[in-house]
Amino acid sequence: MAMSETASMGGVEDRTIPCVGRVSARRIESSDVVTLDVETPEGPVRYAPGQFNMLTAFGVGESAISISGDPASGRLTHTVRAVGPVSRALCNLRPGDAIGVRGPFGVGWPIGTAATRDLLFVAGGLGLAPLRPAIYAALAERSRYGKIAILYGARSPDSIIFRRELEGWRGRFDLHVEATVDHALDDWRGHVGVVTNLISQVEFDAEQATAFACGPEIMMRFVAQALVAREMRESDIHLSMERNMKCGYGQCGHCQFGPFFVCRDGPVFAYEAIRPLLALREI
Amino acid sequence: METLERILGEQPFFAGLNPEFLRLATGCANNVRFAAGEFICKEDDPADRFYLVRHGHVALQLFAPGRGAMTFQTVGPGEMFGMSWIAPPYKWTYDARALELTRALAVDGLCLRDKCDHDHDLGYELMQRFLSRTIESLHATRLQLLDVYGAKV
Ligand SMILES: Cc1cc2nc3c(=O)[nH]c(=O)nc-3n(C[C@H](O)[C@H](O)[C@H](O)COP(=O)(O)OP(=O)(O)OC[C@H]3O[C@@H](n4cnc5c(N)ncnc54)[C@H](O)[C@@H]3O)c2cc1C
Ligand code: FES
Repeated sequence: MAMSETASMGGVEDRTIPCVGRVSARRIESSDVVTLDVETPEGPVRYAPGQFNMLTAFGVGESAISISGDPASGRLTHTVRAVGPVSRALCNLRPGDAIGVRGPFGVGWPIGTAATRDLLFVAGGLGLAPLRPAIYAALAERSRYGKIAILYGARSPDSIIFRRELEGWRGRFDLHVEATVDHALDDWRGHVGVVTNLISQVEFDAEQATAFACGPEIMMRFVAQALVAREMRESDIHLSMERNMKCGYGQCGHCQFGPFFVCRDGPVFAYEAIRPLLALREI
Repeated sequence: METLERILGEQPFFAGLNPEFLRLATGCANNVRFAAGEFICKEDDPADRFYLVRHGHVALQLFAPGRGAMTFQTVGPGEMFGMSWIAPPYKWTYDARALELTRALAVDGLCLRDKCDHDHDLGYELMQRFLSRTIESLHATRLQLLDVYGAKV
């Protein structure tokens, strides 16, 4: 599936029809989070870090799920948390099972335009999944960037996802990786406290830094405020938004967010563009 | 003494403090060191000091029977902990334990309170700093309480 293509019917692209893929691998990340590798008939996939697919659990329904793998691998990887009927059914799929895929949709992280700058990835909970492709992309061209920091907050040590990878990244000399949890028992050796606390512990040049944040909306608001307090420009802070989705490509209006459609104009937005909307309760 | 004053002045909590106030505060401070696993204070102990961590990490914990020690915050270099000496009943409300070899500055709260009582300008300046730390930690606690990473309800 090429970046702008989805399923095609008789040579005419129809973005409403999912192509039928197969789950090729399933990894359990935590008690309610599963990562699925998916093979589609079109072969290797191309997508931009931060984009999402509409995934169908046949007989149950469809959900927007970000792509969480390495963009260079050509493989389609999704990380899903079981919160309701569709996500639970997706989490229950096993290798060999059929899965519907429409996409990729949306505007991703502006990682390419951040070359030469310091990068800050700030993730909360499952928010590390949509950020992971951007982290892979930055690491694939490590020398193009200044300092890179990954700050990750989770509820508890057992809810940390991509743990082995985080540990691997932590061992690198050219990355600053910090993880914090909201609560922990005595056996946890890492930080305890909110992810915003970690922002004061990393060094970066606020003038020359780009930040990418993904997680619960309330957490992203606090992160953006903490970054602005460190003198970063609002236009250099990018957040990935979530709204209920139906079509995925700007036709139905389900995901309207002020003047934007999250599926078409986002899900990644500059904080500068959406800050006034984040304060509104009505949207 | 001069080095201690410099070290204290480099701590974010005291950053930008006027030299005379810094000198007064230094008179109440000393360098301390804790081995990994060592308790720095225990819940219900008299609270007579606060700590500015220079190296290492400290876990702030509450002990719950049947669940063990639960950490609700860790404090690292450049951060501080300990406010209970400011107001009655002057007791620690948690255990603090060094997670690794930890070096810190301990500031004697009774000594500082005394100096603040005599010099209200110093008292006002320091209380403003403590208040802003308290507000920061209140914000963070709110975020933790909201359990934002849980499922939406
Ligand atoms: C652009 C975009 C990217 C997304 N990426 C991912 C992803 O990578 N992985 C993933 O697991 N999810 C992701 N989501 C969220 C996912 O689409 C929803 O969780 C899913 O649609 C829920 O459908 P459901 O039928 O399982 O549950 P529903 O029946 O819709 O909801 C069941 C319960 O779960 C709550 N709930 C719904 N969504 C969430 C949520 N996101 N977090 C916590 N609680 C929720 C509801 O309030 C309700 O209480 C993304 C959403 C968007 C818009
Ligand atoms: S989901 Fe239809 S417009 Fe965005």
